[in-house]
Amino acid sequence: MTEPTAPIQTDVVIVGAGPVGLFAVFELGLLDIKAHLVDILDRPGGQCAELYPEKPIYDIPGFPVVSGQGLVDNLMKQIEPFGPQFHFNEMVESLESIGTAERPRFRVKTDGGLTFECACVMIAAGGGSFQPKKPPVEGIEAYEGSSVFYAVRKKETFRGKKLLIVGGGDSALDWTLNLQPIAERITLLHRRDDFRAAPHSVNAMRELVATGKIDLRIGQLAGLEGADGGLTAVKAKLSDGSVETLDVNMMLPFFGLTMKLGPIANWGLNLHENLVPVDTEKFESNHPGIFAIGDINAYPGKLKLILSGFHEAALAAQKAHRYVYPDKRLLFQYTTSSTNLQRKLGVA
Amino acid sequence: MPKISFIDFKGTERTVDAQVGSTVMETALRNGVPGIDAECGGACSCATCHVYVDPAWQAAVGKPSAMEDDMLDFARDVQPNSRLSCQIKVTEALDGLIVRTPEKQG
Repeated sequence: MTEPTAPIQTDVVIVGAGPVGLFAVFELGLLDIKAHLVDILDRPGGQCAELYPEKPIYDIPGFPVVSGQGLVDNLMKQIEPFGPQFHFNEMVESLESIGTAERPRFRVKTDGGLTFECACVMIAAGGGSFQPKKPPVEGIEAYEGSSVFYAVRKKETFRGKKLLIVGGGDSALDWTLNLQPIAERITLLHRRDDFRAAPHSVNAMRELVATGKIDLRIGQLAGLEGADGGLTAVKAKLSDGSVETLDVNMMLPFFGLTMKLGPIANWGLNLHENLVPVDTEKFESNHPGIFAIGDINAYPGKLKLILSGFHEAALAAQKAHRYVYPDKRLLFQYTTSSTNLQRKLGVA
Repeated sequence: MPKISFIDFKGTERTVDAQVGSTVMETALRNGVPGIDAECGGACSCATCHVYVDPAWQAAVGKPSAMEDDMLDFARDVQPNSRLSCQIKVTEALDGLIVRTPEKQG
């Protein structure tokens, strides 16, 4: 057992570091509210960074066109003065109320062992958390965590193993190259003889195939053999229709990511079709102090647009101020004219 | 107006009107046809609008682009007639198109 670390005390925990979660930092920051952000991905930006970093977005006000990554980079710059604290590769697992309706307070725990205590929670989780897609092969669950893994946490796990890596993107190729010296033997299986990964990785992989250091098969997964979580062979349907039994005892499938609502479903919130219903004044859920902004919320007329999420963040921040500073009156101010706000932004 | 038929994995067929210029994915969503998730909203970024084009229509629909083929790696049970329906534009020539939706997207 690891020693429990002291909870991180903060004003607001933002669940999700996509564009809307990032902009919430700005709106909260203007009101002197500090935020920590938790995201399952390893970098900020959510879907913009993970799904379409290079794709142009045409409906961000003031930007005739901006790429997904460009928008994220700009938001990161915009919120820098507020010193947001990021916790990547972490998923918020539980949310427990430790306050009252008038003075809400929450204890938030992540799967990585972090604990926060905060006055408000802003769920900006978009379509949910990104989780690895499982390949469509019968009975794979029985091997997960023992001989089938969707990510490499420790390279040593694969030392001396007969490893099957499935996929044709950067993850599949990078791990093929990285684990080749460690594993006893690597077989790479991909649906077609054409790889999406960076050209230099593809070339390096081809070199390993040419020199007989790894095996390459073109085909799809067809079945698993083994017992008690131990894989003994994998059947692959090759491009010519034949089925080959591959002698492997570990498998790393890289089939991309999918969005799942995940643990949010267990937080005692009203949910409607995997969305969090909110009011349109404060974007607060049925639980005082828990807000939902961006694609994860639902209300009459909701549009799943980034710009709607920005608006929702601004209004939710106003209500959050009442919880964080119950005794302070909130004065509405403009960044164009208020020296107070400009000082916070570091420009006055 | 062209008509498109969607046949789900159980064999249930739904035939709906499609607008020329829209996509097969949009046609499905607009008409409440189940079996197509379209998580990314049509940006060819997620492979959750995967369909099987009826063999009789494969030539008319055409082959996936390189970008779409890359994305198809993330779909389940990809066949030679697999396409992402967000990348199939409806034209008059596709009147009567038949596509099948897989048991599971993503």
